Amino acid sequence: MSGIAVSTTINGDDVEFLCQAEETLLEVLRDRLGLTGAKEGCGTGDCGACSVLVDDRLVCSCLVLGAEAEGRNIETIEGMADGDKLHPLQRKFIEHAALQCGICTPGFLIAAKDLLAKNADPTEEEVRFGLAGNLCRCTGYDKIVRAVLDAASEMRGA
Amino acid sequence: MEYVLPASLNDAIGLLAGAKGNAFVLAGGSDLLVRMKGDFIEPDLIVDIKGIGELAQIVQTADGFTVGSAVPCAVMGENTALRKAWPGVVEAANLIGSKQVQGRCTIAGNLCNASPAADSVPALVAAGARAVIAGPSGKRTIAVEDVPTGPGKTSLAKGEIVEAIVLDKRPSNSGDAYLRFIPRTEMDIAVVSAGVNLTLGADGAVASARVALGAVAATVLLVSEAADAIVGTRLDDTAMEKLAQACSAAASPIDDKRGTVHFRKKVAGVLATRAARIAYERAGGK
Repeated sequence: MSGIAVSTTINGDDVEFLCQAEETLLEVLRDRLGLTGAKEGCGTGDCGACSVLVDDRLVCSCLVLGAEAEGRNIETIEGMADGDKLHPLQRKFIEHAALQCGICTPGFLIAAKDLLAKNADPTEEEVRFGLAGNLCRCTGYDKIVRAVLDAASEMRGA
Repeated sequence: MEYVLPASLNDAIGLLAGAKGNAFVLAGGSDLLVRMKGDFIEPDLIVDIKGIGELAQIVQTADGFTVGSAVPCAVMGENTALRKAWPGVVEAANLIGSKQVQGRCTIAGNLCNASPAADSVPALVAAGARAVIAGPSGKRTIAVEDVPTGPGKTSLAKGEIVEAIVLDKRPSNSGDAYLRFIPRTEMDIAVVSAGVNLTLGADGAVASARVALGAVAATVLLVSEAADAIVGTRLDDTAMEKLAQACSAAASPIDDKRGTVHFRKKVAGVLATRAARIAYERAGGK
């Protein structure tokens, strides 16, 4: 097929793909590269289910064009665990039952990872504000906030 | 649709000026992609300006700050000098959307999207910010309030791009602040908003001020009567009451699901007084 040839890095791997100009990064990740961890919730940047990191910047991949990935470094949920070893945030989400249907979970984990990278010891309020761009219709957020605070504590070695 | 990532401003202008059909500038895309996917617009050409080096940076000069039109609002929030000089502008810019949107959205985009409820615009208008516009016939610099002409409409001609937003250097006894009313605590669109920017004189009284209101008219309002109400005062109760009255009188909002005319007029005055108080304290006023 014809399209825009894009070379990028995803979870540390060099990746090349062809995409159409109007395709979003989320569509490329899911439909062309089989990375279906990022979810489409709203498609308008309101729910955060498609959160990924582009050059260490948290973004909604539904509001990024696939062509914009050229030369960037992208991190998705698929790169979060180290093989079979879960990231502390992933473990704490399971321990605290911080998910039910699971649609929002990859976005929350990516956003929480970004939050803790910028603030290793956040208050509950900072966690709630920091994750305000991620919507969850199941948990009521409390378990998610507790899981993130617990993971932060473990990651600090506290 | 074609996507292009030009490396120079002149290339970008040439592409936009020569485009057949609908051409759009892509900076953060947090409005553009939503409008595209909602079928509100059908671009034939998208010109991504993030590859243009000078547009992607904040430059501090002897005269103030130049914020390139491709600089995400999150980057503004991380710029200590800008935050210190223009806290109201930065807090307004950092209220747009979520952390995810912050990583992409820009104040130039917020301005050109021309929503009456745009968060950064009242703060920029209060700050006396200017937009540097580059186009096929050269550059021009206009007040930011002259960019939006109505909801979704701007004064930009075909081929023109906002290159940067310029914020002046100002005396240290100055302060600015932005407040909005939303029914939630985060991630919402302003029902009413107010930006206040002021400088104190040697006597500690307000020497000059600018007051701007958002979401109470088709474009952001610069309310000179509101500024006049506090100039020469230390924000005593009488001055604050006059400020609130001037704002409520100037507001000509619509009734919609987010707020009534009566509510918006009242809250415009309340927010302006609160923002004025914060700006005054930031300026060192007591």
